[in-house]
Amino acid sequence: MDILRFITAGSVDDGKSTLIGRLLYDSKSIMIDQLEAIEKQTKNREDGDIDLALLTDGLRAEREQGITIDVAYKYFSTPKRKFIIADAPGHIQYTRNMVTGASNANLIIILIDARHGVIEQTRRHSIIASLLNIPHVVVAINKMDMVDYSQDTYNNIVIDFAEVATSLGLKDVTYIPISALNGDNIVGRSQNFSWYEGLPLLDLLENVEVQQDSDLAHARFPVQYVIRPQTDVLHDYRGYAGKLISGIYKKGDKVTVLPSGLQSTIKSIEIGGKEIEEAFAPQSIVLHLEDNIDVSRGDVIVSSNDLPKLEKELEVLVCWMGNKPLAEGNRYLLQINSRLVKTIVTEIQYKLDVNSLEKQYSPGTVQLNDIVRATIKTASPVPYDSYSKLSVNGGAILIDETSNVTVGACMIQ
Amino acid sequence: MWLARENNISEISSIYNSKEMSKHQLDHLEQLESEAIHIMREVAGQFEKPALLFSGGKDSITLVHLALKAFRPGKFPFPLVHIDTGHNFQEALDFRDELAEKLGEKLIVRNVADTIKQQNLAEPKGKFASRNALQTFTLLDTINEFKFDACIGGARRDEEKARAKERIFSVRDEFGQWDPKLQRPELWNTYNGRIHKGENVRVFPISNWTELDIWNYIRRENIDLPSIYFAHDREVLEHEGQLVAMSEFIQREDTDKISTRRVRYRTVGDMTCTAAVESTASNIDDIIKEIIATKTSERGETRIDDRVSEAAMEDRKKSGYF
Repeated sequence: MDILRFITAGSVDDGKSTLIGRLLYDSKSIMIDQLEAIEKQTKNREDGDIDLALLTDGLRAEREQGITIDVAYKYFSTPKRKFIIADAPGHIQYTRNMVTGASNANLIIILIDARHGVIEQTRRHSIIASLLNIPHVVVAINKMDMVDYSQDTYNNIVIDFAEVATSLGLKDVTYIPISALNGDNIVGRSQNFSWYEGLPLLDLLENVEVQQDSDLAHARFPVQYVIRPQTDVLHDYRGYAGKLISGIYKKGDKVTVLPSGLQSTIKSIEIGGKEIEEAFAPQSIVLHLEDNIDVSRGDVIVSSNDLPKLEKELEVLVCWMGNKPLAEGNRYLLQINSRLVKTIVTEIQYKLDVNSLEKQYSPGTVQLNDIVRATIKTASPVPYDSYSKLSVNGGAILIDETSNVTVGACMIQ
Repeated sequence: MWLARENNISEISSIYNSKEMSKHQLDHLEQLESEAIHIMREVAGQFEKPALLFSGGKDSITLVHLALKAFRPGKFPFPLVHIDTGHNFQEALDFRDELAEKLGEKLIVRNVADTIKQQNLAEPKGKFASRNALQTFTLLDTINEFKFDACIGGARRDEEKARAKERIFSVRDEFGQWDPKLQRPELWNTYNGRIHKGENVRVFPISNWTELDIWNYIRRENIDLPSIYFAHDREVLEHEGQLVAMSEFIQREDTDKISTRRVRYRTVGDMTCTAAVESTASNIDDIIKEIIATKTSERGETRIDDRVSEAAMEDRKKSGYF
């Protein structure tokens, strides 16, 4: 059994929470007491059906307003797979929360209301999927019951979205007609879609191939912590603890420590105290090097045959998440994996219109939820790969040094 | 188009199931384990004075096991801290002390009873008078006493819907309060643990584990648990469908329906607010079978404290709870 992490994108009206409720309900992941609790809350509703959306809105403010404000994580599993759902808000003012949920997703379900087709919001969600490089996209055309399960309506939406997908370079897009409310095409085939020959949603989620999503070609090991017991018996023990974020390491591999550039050879690899011959991403391991060189938290140990870039000036796409505006000349901390460096924003080239994808050059101020292309300069060199090539070593956050808040998500170009 | 897609999937899944492909693949428990170890090491790397909140329950025992994997052969970079309400199960307390001693790790215990005395707090009243809410006072005092800047806890997002919203690094103000509207964005596996003096971060390495994941991991790793997790005979009081252990902390009344039943605990909290479940499961395999078959959620079945209101957990977290 493996794990599929996915995010659902759509507004309240698209039936996003209903879809998640339906997946949990139909896969029998909702317990009796949880059902009773939402039944209690839906008692006053006229139609008498239980409101599955109430399962996901966890905060009082959300239930009061009937909207999703922040990401909620939900879990269910089938014999094939464990699923982690990031239920993210769709409203434009909560884009930063959606980006949070999308950053770890293998797959995104973009919900489209069959009555309205591709709208501005659909485009924005697709742009986020493309920016964050989510490997798999499922376009779920919902509320098909309200358009008489019309194949024509469905086909027209597919054609419209295909254009968006092409312009954004979205990979692996699959379309599926559903009715979350009635449970059509969610866990089983529906009689109402005699014309649809694809898999129901749950089968699709169970079969998407996620193994290739983790990169085994480029060995990157950010050091998190140095284990030095300093006891009599283990006087010389010096182990570099961290997670292999990509690639494979074997005993005897030649490695380079960045940014210092010092070279060594892997002497041994441990997992949970046991020595192993070979480690692969995303295992958490302890590395020992042949030479006694200076290595500490924030350094990255990489394969000497395949070095990442090492620069003090980075081109980045920034999703701005701060309440105070971003401006040229502003200073922040940049955190990429375990490395933390001071940085200054030297130039903001353009702002990306998240609805039309148009570039707006020399934008004035950059506000919360804006996406911009910028150049930043760091106080010391940063080892990185471009986000589109190796996202685990190309994504970084900006931290406001005075408030300590995370104010930006950077995709290094 | 659909046929093509379907063929594609069956082709992929046949490759995917072959042994060759799975050589460099982690199963779900290994992935969760690696994620949790990574989070713990981030705590060690980012904070000056972290602590691991330890209760003697299965989730915090799992945390200790993960800490062994993260830091051995070194010592833990944090002490184990237990906020003892005085209403705990003796079996869990004994287990706690034995484990800390066996591992040679530092254990700090602070008692809610002392806080009640020092601060003149009102003892809760009623049949199942619970000190659950008072734990927050002792926890905040303890954080203050040792100047802890990060507290690792065993909360899971599948437990409760307010927890489902909380970040892995959850920043609390100097009153320990969680503000769900001001959560920091948390991207990729990059955790921002920077705080101002007086603030602290609650860190939840097993956020993404479910109850079943925990049990399967305990089975795979052969982790020892306190005996109350396994079926045993116990004198219990039946109250609104829940079985509460009879103890000195519960007010007896003549009308009480008291009987001896074969039970086990699904969660271990205070004796006053944790209910037992009827069970004959005497080993991990049987427990896992029962959990797979159960129709009731972990907290719903066993926690009396969550039944107060729809937002009981959200409210407690906002005021500094774990």
